[in-house]
Amino acid sequence: MRTPIAYFLVLSAILFAIGSVAVLVRPNALRIFMGVELQLNAVNLTLVAFSRMHLELDGQILAFFSMVVAAAEVVVGLAIIVAVFRRTATTDVDRASVLRG
Amino acid sequence: MIDVIWLAVALPLVASGANMLAGKRFGGRGAGHRSGWVATAAMTASFVVALGALLQLLSLPAEERTQVVTVAEWIRAGAVSVSFDLRVDPLSITMALVVTGVGSLIHLYAIGYMEHDARPWRFFGYTNLFCAFMLALVLADDFLLLYLGWEGVGLCSYLLIGFWSDRPEAASAAKKAFITTRIGDVALMLGLFVMFMHFGSFEFDTVLGHEGALPEIATGTATAISLLLLGGAVGKSAQLPLHVWLPDAMAGPTPVSALIHAATMVTAGVYLVVRSHALFEVSEVALTVVAIVGISGALYGGLASIGQYDMKRALAYSTMSQLGFMFLAAGLGFYPIAIALLVAHAFYKALLFLASGNVMHGLDDEIDVRRLGGLRLDMPWTAALFAAGALSLSGLPPFSGFFTKDAILEVASHDGVVWAYVLGSLAALVSAWYIARLFFQAFMGERRYQGHAHEAPALMRIPLVVLAAGGLFAGIVLAFTPEGRLATFLEPTLGHIEEGHAGPSTATLIAISVAVTLAGIGIAWRLYRPANEARWTSFPEREPGMSAVLGRAFYVDALYGFVVGTIGLRAGEALSRFDRTVVDGAVNGIGRLTTWASGLAPVWQSGRARRYALSFLAGGAALLLFMVVRI
Amino acid sequence: MPLDNVVFWVFAPLSIATGIGMIVVRSAVHAALFLVVNFFTIAVMYLLLDAPFLFAVQIIVYAGAIMVLFLFVIMLLGVDQGAGTGERLFGQRTTAVIFGVAVVVELATAIRAGVGFATRAPEGFDSVNAEGNPSALAEVLFRDYFFPFEVTSILLIVAAVAAMVLALRRSKAITQREIAGHAGDDLERYALAPPGGPGTVGGQAP
Repeated sequence: MRTPIAYFLVLSAILFAIGSVAVLVRPNALRIFMGVELQLNAVNLTLVAFSRMHLELDGQILAFFSMVVAAAEVVVGLAIIVAVFRRTATTDVDRASVLRG
Repeated sequence: MIDVIWLAVALPLVASGANMLAGKRFGGRGAGHRSGWVATAAMTASFVVALGALLQLLSLPAEERTQVVTVAEWIRAGAVSVSFDLRVDPLSITMALVVTGVGSLIHLYAIGYMEHDARPWRFFGYTNLFCAFMLALVLADDFLLLYLGWEGVGLCSYLLIGFWSDRPEAASAAKKAFITTRIGDVALMLGLFVMFMHFGSFEFDTVLGHEGALPEIATGTATAISLLLLGGAVGKSAQLPLHVWLPDAMAGPTPVSALIHAATMVTAGVYLVVRSHALFEVSEVALTVVAIVGISGALYGGLASIGQYDMKRALAYSTMSQLGFMFLAAGLGFYPIAIALLVAHAFYKALLFLASGNVMHGLDDEIDVRRLGGLRLDMPWTAALFAAGALSLSGLPPFSGFFTKDAILEVASHDGVVWAYVLGSLAALVSAWYIARLFFQAFMGERRYQGHAHEAPALMRIPLVVLAAGGLFAGIVLAFTPEGRLATFLEPTLGHIEEGHAGPSTATLIAISVAVTLAGIGIAWRLYRPANEARWTSFPEREPGMSAVLGRAFYVDALYGFVVGTIGLRAGEALSRFDRTVVDGAVNGIGRLTTWASGLAPVWQSGRARRYALSFLAGGAALLLFMVVRI
Repeated sequence: MPLDNVVFWVFAPLSIATGIGMIVVRSAVHAALFLVVNFFTIAVMYLLLDAPFLFAVQIIVYAGAIMVLFLFVIMLLGVDQGAGTGERLFGQRTTAVIFGVAVVVELATAIRAGVGFATRAPEGFDSVNAEGNPSALAEVLFRDYFFPFEVTSILLIVAAVAAMVLALRRSKAITQREIAGHAGDDLERYALAPPGGPGTVGGQAP
């Protein structure tokens, strides 16, 4: 592979930033969650890239675990969002501002 | 009797308490209400005590005529030890006799005058209380007890001027009196402070020196103390510039005007100065100041009296003028004559006031001379008594006014104090003028009032007769001249007057004095005789300017009102605005600042998760920055 | 030009574009779809990085399961359209973008300092993947990472149970008495023994 590893890392950084912005910019809980998933994927990419660089498979294993946990997390998270939706009829996180200063 | 001199103070005090606490139940109606009789009895008993003390004093040789009676211990605080000491010496016993004697007569009169009042026991309670304080003042052996009496008479003056508390002019007059004299009282208090600082004591023997020796004190300190004491005297005795309360104080009942504002309280200032003459003598300028205060008061009071149509106000200014004469005498060093004038004045001024009280009593409180006139027809007794008082005041021989006023002028001339003689003679002329004026306007000519004026009852005439006798004949009896009986009697305390021999002879001076008096009466006759009635009753319309100037006493009171009232009020408002905007603004501003500042913080505590998430990112970026930069 | 580069330079911009697209679109469904494409591009990246197993798993798990779940929930709840596009929080978007850019710059600096932009991947990865990537992974997984593997399985079970519990609709349980039609009757009439205690049928107190 002739592409410098750094390019993957920079791509990953960019995707992480995009994910962060996605979390911050939309009030819809589901879209925030999507942003989180993007962040996770970006990190996975970093792990795999470094794994390639260091000629080890540990990075890939870690990325694998990350995916598994992300899957579990998505399940629980969406269940929570649905439960909250049943209570409040909205997925707008801006509405949950009772703990105000 | 000297040993029980304290009874003179205690008896009126007890009667006062009895009247104020239980007087309602003394019973009787009108002039039979026993509260007045209780009060008068107490005063008469006081007079008897004082008389007994006098007789006892006279039985002692002259050198021993200063007796001090300790009644009880008062204050003991560290270095300060003061007891209730009463001093019986010629000066104090003279004053005490005047207070109790004239006081008793006025109390007797007041029984009749206050017969229609709703609560006479309250009145007599106050007047007795007043007399108790006044006696404490004159019988005190130290300045602190004197000050106690001083303040006490001020309080009673306030209570009595404002006795008819439902009348607004009475209430404000009472306030004005108290506040104006308070200014003087502060000066007196400061004088006492300096005195104590220097001497460590208030006792007369320490402060004023005894056995004829002058006190050990520097000229400057003596001047300071003297001028401060004079400040107090000026307030209490209604001299310039603190005189403005006296004319307004006439809003009180007439017996009050007679007792307090003629015979006794206003003379307390004269007494103070005369008593402290040793201090004044050590200071070189203080006596001169006293004389200047006196002569200006004498002239001012006289001129202002001419412009008053309210008889009592005219008499009030007259009191101021006469007190001015007393101060003039004291300022020139003629202390016995000042006291002599004080005694004579007590008689005839009380008489004049009570006579005007008769007029008010007989004419439903009418006291404006323009609406009087011809009173001699309906009230012959009162007219005669008023005339007696007027004769005494005017200075015609052989009445008491002549002996005293003439004595002052005579000694002034002999000692070469020309300005005092000239100005004093001028003031004497004005005095004769104003008092003759009142008599002519009110009692001569034709009636200008409607209906009938009924003469006063016996209860209100007898005291006046006694006072008239005193006013007319006391001069002869006591021979108020510099070598007379009174002066000799007062010598142990006041010293001997060394008369000079400058200027014209005594006979010439007497002639001039009589001429001046007659001139004054003559001017008054020309202006106010019955034939001229139309002219002088219409004087305010014809000459509004001059009438206003005289009537408003050269606008001094108006000036005070402007300065204190308007300027004071404006200054007060300005300061209040400053306080509200700047001071309160600063304080509130700090509060608002804190609130605003603390309002900034919760902006970040919006409760919105996305904001918090933004903080995460920001924090993360900062952390990264830190790590990157460190690398 | 090497194939790697071409693939990279095609899919990397695509990845970024879909990521931005995910943020920008109004509809949540569209955003999810953009994300799916994004996952595909990342899968390709994995492929470029000699991780074929992950390439497959990424597509199966992420794009195939997770995103399907997302779309399902979005459409179930009906929250496709948000309440207006205006940002309610003042300065949120601007600040987010600024910080996002800042993060990228900082990371790029760090990467440059750490790895260097020129470093190529070393050549020896083929030996690692000698018997195929899955076997190699399996060896490492079941030898070195066995414990985390087991824990992860527990985690999955827990997550499944949690999801069930969270989704449970708490409806009122129906008693046998109600079925029999004696809902409001006084128990005393049927008593064989004194009433009381928690022994009523259905677990509900009367």
